[in-house]
Amino acid sequence: MNQIIQIAKRELSEFFDSLMGYVLIIMFLGFSGFFTWIYGDDIFFIGEANLNMFFKVAYWSLFFFIPSLTMRSLTGELRNGTLELLLTKPISYWELILGKFFSTFILISMALAPSLIYYVSLWGIGSVDHAAIILGYLGLLLMSMSYIAIGIFCSSLSDSPIIALLSTLFIGIFFHQIFETVGSTSLGLTGSILSFLSMFTHFDSISRGIFDFQDIIYFCSLILFGLYASKVILLSRNLNA
Amino acid sequence: MLKSLIHFMDIVVEHLTKRYGPQKAVDNVSFRVKAGEVLGFLGPNGAGKTTTMKAISCFIMPDEGDVRVGGYSIREHPEIIKKHIGYLPEHNPLYPDMNIIDFLEFIAKIHQIPKHLIQERLLDMVKVCGLEGEKHKLIRELSKGYQQRVGLAQALIHDPDILILDEPTTGLDPNQIIEIRELIKRIGREKTVILSSHILAEVEATCDRILIINNGRIVVDGTAAELQKQAQGHEILKLGVAGGDISEIFEKLMEIETVENVDFIDFENQQLEVQSYPEASSIKAIFDTCVANGYYITELTPIETKLEDIFRELTTH
Repeated sequence: MNQIIQIAKRELSEFFDSLMGYVLIIMFLGFSGFFTWIYGDDIFFIGEANLNMFFKVAYWSLFFFIPSLTMRSLTGELRNGTLELLLTKPISYWELILGKFFSTFILISMALAPSLIYYVSLWGIGSVDHAAIILGYLGLLLMSMSYIAIGIFCSSLSDSPIIALLSTLFIGIFFHQIFETVGSTSLGLTGSILSFLSMFTHFDSISRGIFDFQDIIYFCSLILFGLYASKVILLSRNLNA
Repeated sequence: MLKSLIHFMDIVVEHLTKRYGPQKAVDNVSFRVKAGEVLGFLGPNGAGKTTTMKAISCFIMPDEGDVRVGGYSIREHPEIIKKHIGYLPEHNPLYPDMNIIDFLEFIAKIHQIPKHLIQERLLDMVKVCGLEGEKHKLIRELSKGYQQRVGLAQALIHDPDILILDEPTTGLDPNQIIEIRELIKRIGREKTVILSSHILAEVEATCDRILIINNGRIVVDGTAAELQKQAQGHEILKLGVAGGDISEIFEKLMEIETVENVDFIDFENQQLEVQSYPEASSIKAIFDTCVANGYYITELTPIETKLEDIFRELTTH
């Protein structure tokens, strides 16, 4: 546990030393605030006290922000050779990967936290569906965790951050949109498999305030798969290198 | 209990084999390093030194064989072994954007050094490794020599029983090399050290025992003195002779019973290299031959075989 915390701490301070952390938080709040309160189908326009617009914007902006954070997570260690430094210290593969995972997750949570002000502001506007908003946040966190896990997996594949970024986006877009689009036009088993695989199905249901274990299982299996695959890749690198 | 058990930590490498594709980087290597010994690991580039060291440090898994450190196998208890090893990898990987103190603190915490001891330990390391003036600089701002010291400091911070240094002086200037060597010598008084190098003088200067490895196999194992003795089986003389035709002199010398081989060093100045058969000396016979033929000796010096020659001889075949 100590090792995970130390790795996460180092990683987080690197995010902020490189300004990446600040840029991300400011951009995220700027985007989501703009679309939630000012532009288009904003909160005053639809005449309901909910954060659906915010969740929609967050759904897409996190999709792009997360790969840009995870693209360096293992590629940096591979490129610098610091993987050798870490793994010859009393650190296991799991501790390293989980440290990386939690550092990015904490940063995303830090970006999401100030948006709770939106939620508080809603109270003055009308009656708020608290369950929907709390579950919406839970959905965002689970979705972020899934993409972080996929991002870390992609960053274990090569020592190039660009390849990590593009492959995360490539894998991600299937879950994010393609399964949904194709699934909605397909019938029968294919259709239902695709729509089960789609992130959108699960995020949508959870952000409407419907708590279903199926959704939790879906997110958890994506997270576990991503992290486990990263471990396998790292391990096989060391067996052959 | 565990700590005191591990205090006597011998390193036993047993039939270590590691393949990269069809090529064997390390081929059935076995050796033993006693606790407290300073072992020099020599060999040309690509001989398998780094691979062996990576296996001892639990970074790579060998295809066959095992390494035991204080009785623990790298296959079963890497987490215990890692705690007792300080490892400086070949290219000295560091985090360039961290400053020295933060970096060393990170490593100290990874090693779970108790919080109240960390500060003291950090200052100690900074002092031992001569980093006082630079301690708040970012690692990427440091010269190669200072980065190397940071590498050493991170390997030493948890006061390990065993120190593994992979080519610790490459890329340093002569002054830095001497400083780092002094540092290693000082550390070597208390710890087991395995040090790899392709520079012979370095190993000769710092190590108790030398292991020469070539093409993944151990070719020599012994102290520097033993190696020299072994190579000095042949008497080799540098001989200057005048007073006659050089080719004639050459022939006469070849006729001497104890002479195995004669080479020209300098044709113009009539200088030759005379090698005798093992355990035989040709000095008297050379003198007699010269007298008998009316030549006179301008120079007669025994050539000492250096470690360098042994190394060349063993690793070029």
